[in-house]
Amino acid sequence: MDCSLAGSSVHGDSRVSDAVALRVRSGILEQTGATAAVLQSDTMDHYRTFHMLERLLHAPPKLLHQLIFQIPPSRQALLIERYYAFDEAFVREVLGKKLSKGTKKDLDDISTKTGITLKSCRRQFDNFKRVFKVVEEMRGSLVDNIQQHFLLSDRLARDYAAIVFFANNRFETGKKKLQYLSFGDFAFCAELMIQNWTLGAVDSQVDDMDMDLDKEFLQDLKELKVLVADKDLLDLHKSLVCTALRGKLGVFSEMEANFKNLSRGLVNVAAKLTHNKDVRDLFVDLVEKFVEPCRSDHWPLNDVRLFLNQYSASVHSLDGFRHQALWDRYMGTLRGCLLRLYHD
Amino acid sequence: MPGKLKVKIVAGRHLPVMDRASDLTDAFVEVKFGNTTFKTDVYLKSLNPQWNSEWFKFEVDDEDLQDEPLQITVLDHDTYSANDAIGKVYIDIDPLLYSEAATVISGWFPIYDTIHGIRGEINVVVKVDLFNDLNRFRQSSCGVKFFCTTSIPKCYRAVIIHGFVEELVVNEDPEYQWIDRIRTPRASNEARQRLISLMSGELQRKIGLKVLEMRGNAVVGYLQCFDLEGESGLVVRAIGTACTLDKLSSPAAFLPACNSPSKEMKEIPFNEDPNPNTHSSGPSTPLKNQTYSFSPSKSYSRQSSSSDTDLSLTPKTGMGSGSAGKEGGPFKALLRQQTQSALEQREFPFFTLTAFPPGFLVHVGGVVSARSVKLLDRIHNPAFVGIMGNTRSYKLLDWNSFNSDEPETRDAWWAEIRQEIKSHAKALGCHAVVGYSESTSICEEVCILSASGTAAVLNPRFLQDGTVEGCLEQRLEENLPAGCGFCHIPYDELNMPFPAHLTYCNNCRKQKVPDVLFTTIDLPVDATVIGKGCLIQARLCRLKKKAQAEANATAISNLLPFMEYEVHTQLMNKLKLKAMNALFGLRIQITVGENMLMGLASATGVYLAALPTPGGIQIAGKTPNDGSYEQHISHMQKKINDTIAKNKELYEINPPEISEEIIGSPIPEPRQRSRLLRSQSESSDEVTELDLSHGKKDAFVLEIDDTDAMEDVHSLLTDVPPPSGFYSCNTEIMPGINNWTSEIQSLYFKLRSMIPCCLCHVNFTVSLPEDELIQVTVTAVAITFDKNQALQTTKTHAEKLLQRASTDNEELLQFPLELCSDSLPSHPFPPAKAVTVEKASPMGEGNFRNRSAPPCANSTVGVVKMTPLSFIPGAKITKYLGIINMFFIRETTSLREEGGVSGFLHAFIAEVFAMVRAHVAALGGNAVVSYIMKQCVFMENPNKNQAQCLINVSGDAVVFVRESELEVVSTPQPAASCQPSCTGGEVTT
Repeated sequence: MDCSLAGSSVHGDSRVSDAVALRVRSGILEQTGATAAVLQSDTMDHYRTFHMLERLLHAPPKLLHQLIFQIPPSRQALLIERYYAFDEAFVREVLGKKLSKGTKKDLDDISTKTGITLKSCRRQFDNFKRVFKVVEEMRGSLVDNIQQHFLLSDRLARDYAAIVFFANNRFETGKKKLQYLSFGDFAFCAELMIQNWTLGAVDSQVDDMDMDLDKEFLQDLKELKVLVADKDLLDLHKSLVCTALRGKLGVFSEMEANFKNLSRGLVNVAAKLTHNKDVRDLFVDLVEKFVEPCRSDHWPLNDVRLFLNQYSASVHSLDGFRHQALWDRYMGTLRGCLLRLYHD
Repeated sequence: MPGKLKVKIVAGRHLPVMDRASDLTDAFVEVKFGNTTFKTDVYLKSLNPQWNSEWFKFEVDDEDLQDEPLQITVLDHDTYSANDAIGKVYIDIDPLLYSEAATVISGWFPIYDTIHGIRGEINVVVKVDLFNDLNRFRQSSCGVKFFCTTSIPKCYRAVIIHGFVEELVVNEDPEYQWIDRIRTPRASNEARQRLISLMSGELQRKIGLKVLEMRGNAVVGYLQCFDLEGESGLVVRAIGTACTLDKLSSPAAFLPACNSPSKEMKEIPFNEDPNPNTHSSGPSTPLKNQTYSFSPSKSYSRQSSSSDTDLSLTPKTGMGSGSAGKEGGPFKALLRQQTQSALEQREFPFFTLTAFPPGFLVHVGGVVSARSVKLLDRIHNPAFVGIMGNTRSYKLLDWNSFNSDEPETRDAWWAEIRQEIKSHAKALGCHAVVGYSESTSICEEVCILSASGTAAVLNPRFLQDGTVEGCLEQRLEENLPAGCGFCHIPYDELNMPFPAHLTYCNNCRKQKVPDVLFTTIDLPVDATVIGKGCLIQARLCRLKKKAQAEANATAISNLLPFMEYEVHTQLMNKLKLKAMNALFGLRIQITVGENMLMGLASATGVYLAALPTPGGIQIAGKTPNDGSYEQHISHMQKKINDTIAKNKELYEINPPEISEEIIGSPIPEPRQRSRLLRSQSESSDEVTELDLSHGKKDAFVLEIDDTDAMEDVHSLLTDVPPPSGFYSCNTEIMPGINNWTSEIQSLYFKLRSMIPCCLCHVNFTVSLPEDELIQVTVTAVAITFDKNQALQTTKTHAEKLLQRASTDNEELLQFPLELCSDSLPSHPFPPAKAVTVEKASPMGEGNFRNRSAPPCANSTVGVVKMTPLSFIPGAKITKYLGIINMFFIRETTSLREEGGVSGFLHAFIAEVFAMVRAHVAALGGNAVVSYIMKQCVFMENPNKNQAQCLINVSGDAVVFVRESELEVVSTPQPAASCQPSCTGGEVTT
């Protein structure tokens, strides 16, 4: 088995003729003195072998136990990893979309748009869907479940967890505003949210624990509204943050001017999360309400960090505010996300 | 003697979905042996059923145990309609019948369906309880061990080599029975698989009986073949060499300081020593031996071990061996009596072995072969049988339409051919034939039977008591220097069977040797070889007219001598071109198709130090007056000379300078002279002997008198050399280290990552199933070697099936095959081809896996290696578990959907490999040696989108331990035979 081919044929990224052409370019013919016909048939053989393997790759534990091919463990791992690998461009297109037949129909558009072959798109989409279906109703950590049932590496399992999480909560990621964000940005946020905002964060013995957001927590987030609704509280919060950051921030005056808007934005995002529709728009809202205003004032990342740290910490000094724990659970995650989302 | 067969069905996994509605399966299992059937409960709604059944017990005769396969059928329960079959597993329980092999068959078997291929796996445990003790058991044919290996198996020692055993069984082919018209293809395939399984069981049992009659206990070089004769039936025939084998205890036993690891001594029938003085009372367990080795007296321990092994390797004949003689004496005397007259009185002094214990082979005469063209439809005709005047067959005929008379007919055919071989051997002054094999090629009702071997003179003493010490003595007596004795001519110099140019042996200067030596055996270990060997192949294709029956047979038998002649000439030319002087492992295959005959000869060429230096090739034209022609010839001559020089360099052939006084002339003028004696006969009354020598010509001259010869020379030069770093040969051991053509190009390509490596035991099979198809099957093992030429890691079994569609007109096929194969890949029709290559794993990795996954562990898939060699380089075979002989049929009605011919075959071969490996793993083995795909018949009907393929594979299941690993794996492997102490003993060897 030729590993260099494992990629292309398992992926379905290229047709046999392309793979042959690729190999010809690699100078393999000159190296070995083989003829083009030999190369062609050899490539065909590999495609056939991988075609036979594909069925097994749908359930990687089967690959481990199957008797048809004797594959060394390292090679098995490589095959699985390659088969479940995905393209950044593709995943950005489907991230947060429902993994349904409808989306599948749009794959040819995605294929034309991204330049990834339709076959490869299908494979990637089917992989997402397969993983989703398997881990959907399972207990325990999402990453662990994926790792256990698909034998993926830690890195890849985390990525799949993010994809599954996004698909389940249908976060909107396709808006033009969000185009600047990479899959990595979203995956980072997904991980933070899985850790802090899901059912599993409080109770590790629930079904679907890592997939669904903690509804109760979202309901409670309404309570944070007092931070902006109560004028005194808002002013106090502002003065606390401003005092602490004076002289430390390059964009202090902009911050001071914008504080109320930003704070209102962040708190309102929290308060809106009770509705599913608004949950989906979480990232749009964050970018609209926080990232864009800061960016238009050219806040350096470090200033954003300082501000967010101070902004969340100062709440603890607000005597009239009783939902400290709730605020921490919300802001702790949001701060991480925002910092990740804040770039050009 | 009855036995009790116990079967337990544990679980299934990865079953196919049989119920579309629920996406699940309600599976149950039927276990059938003979006429008894048991069923498990239905395990509802699962693709991974856990039946965990009770032990199903079959009480059966041992005859049935040998003949019948255990048949396991997995079905899907259906309340309303008939239960659907998921697939079957056939388990040959023969390995459980001899004492020292596996005790249990346990593991995951792929569930196989002839239409759908592998569909999930089933975990089965099989045990056999024999009611009688081992010694009594030996009276039946059950105890006889079978080996495919064509040499004495590594952990055994030949006490006596008795000789040739053969048998054949004939039955009606289920595919051609009337019932086939109304049953499903699946049913008919299964009937066929079952029948062949049954027939090979029967055949083995019958051969076993013959071996017991000869007082042997094993068959080595067991070769079983199927002839699918279509309407006239199905023939299963087998040949082998009967031997008495001893389990070899480690030579470490003779080191007094070391633990004596005489494992499994129990099996040796006459090692029980009643003499208490020798302390070796009875079969010694490793534990006992350990005590001995700690005893103060060195001699004692030596005695005990030597008596344990009876006729052991040690030449020390102290009390030990004497005492053994007391017990074994009468028995041995009997044996001696039996074998006294040695070979002369035997009907067929043939040996299927290709490698021999040192000293066994005295002289080698040359290749002998015989072919015969037969018409199959005749045996159909009862009138014809009547004409033969064989009353016995008449009687049988009455019993059973035409089945029973056929073995008689076929036996007669083979007997005829063997007789011919024997007489050829006699003509060469030899009394035995070694490296003997038989084959057939069938097309419609014409059948070519071929047999070939190497005439040889054997050491008669070996055949009597066979002790190695005896051999050593004998060799001392004869004072033969090692490494050249076998080259010396066995025949009378003055009365040569054919004109040959003899010279004095370059090695000992005493005896005469021929200038060229052709043999079918492996290179003897003690032969002195200069440089490296290489694969030499001759290919030939002849057209014939389509004809019916008799006319066809006549046409073929008229063509055969010419083909043989040409094949031989080609071989000789190529050998000269390679500057070599001997061929080993020669296999000439003549295949008959509807409108052509194809000849393929492969052999490994080597330069034997004992034989004279081969002369160059000279080209002569018949029209010397033509100037431009002359020029052309001289140009060609130059090219040839260049090639020879290049090959010399490539294969590192630098023969030492020979002083003239002894030899006469440094380069004796060689003559082309045949060492092949062949004959064709259409019927027994007509035997033509053909002498293929060029006779009167002084030098080896190629005459270019017509375009044909022109092409020959061209093809000679255009043989594609292998990429550097590749060496190949078709014998077991690479002589020195090795070459080839376009077919193999793609194989080379596949294996490029393993450079430097050599391909060993390359096996080509050509068949012509239809007008426009040529099937080429290539199997080989790739061995990587390090620069020190020590064979380091083996691995990788590459199997390759080429199917070429040559839809062009006949003109294309007129060219020799070299041209065919060169031109076809570039043909507009893509050359269909299926290749499976199992990759080599680095040694370190192999070790790791072996350690982490002991062969018995059910949870992990054990690694089973497959090799066509009889050994595993860098590893030690510790136990032979039994013969693997499997037959599979695969049929499809959706050929295109399965990826065409290539996809279909590719998948099928992968499945066959999987099943072989599963069986070996279930026996507790971790490798198959002497693996061979004996038959691969492929038929397709592209119009109906159908195809069918039959594959027959065989090999020996073994347990091996890597030498580098011996120390590491001192923790006993669950299924391994040797105790830790044994392993320790082996390390010191």
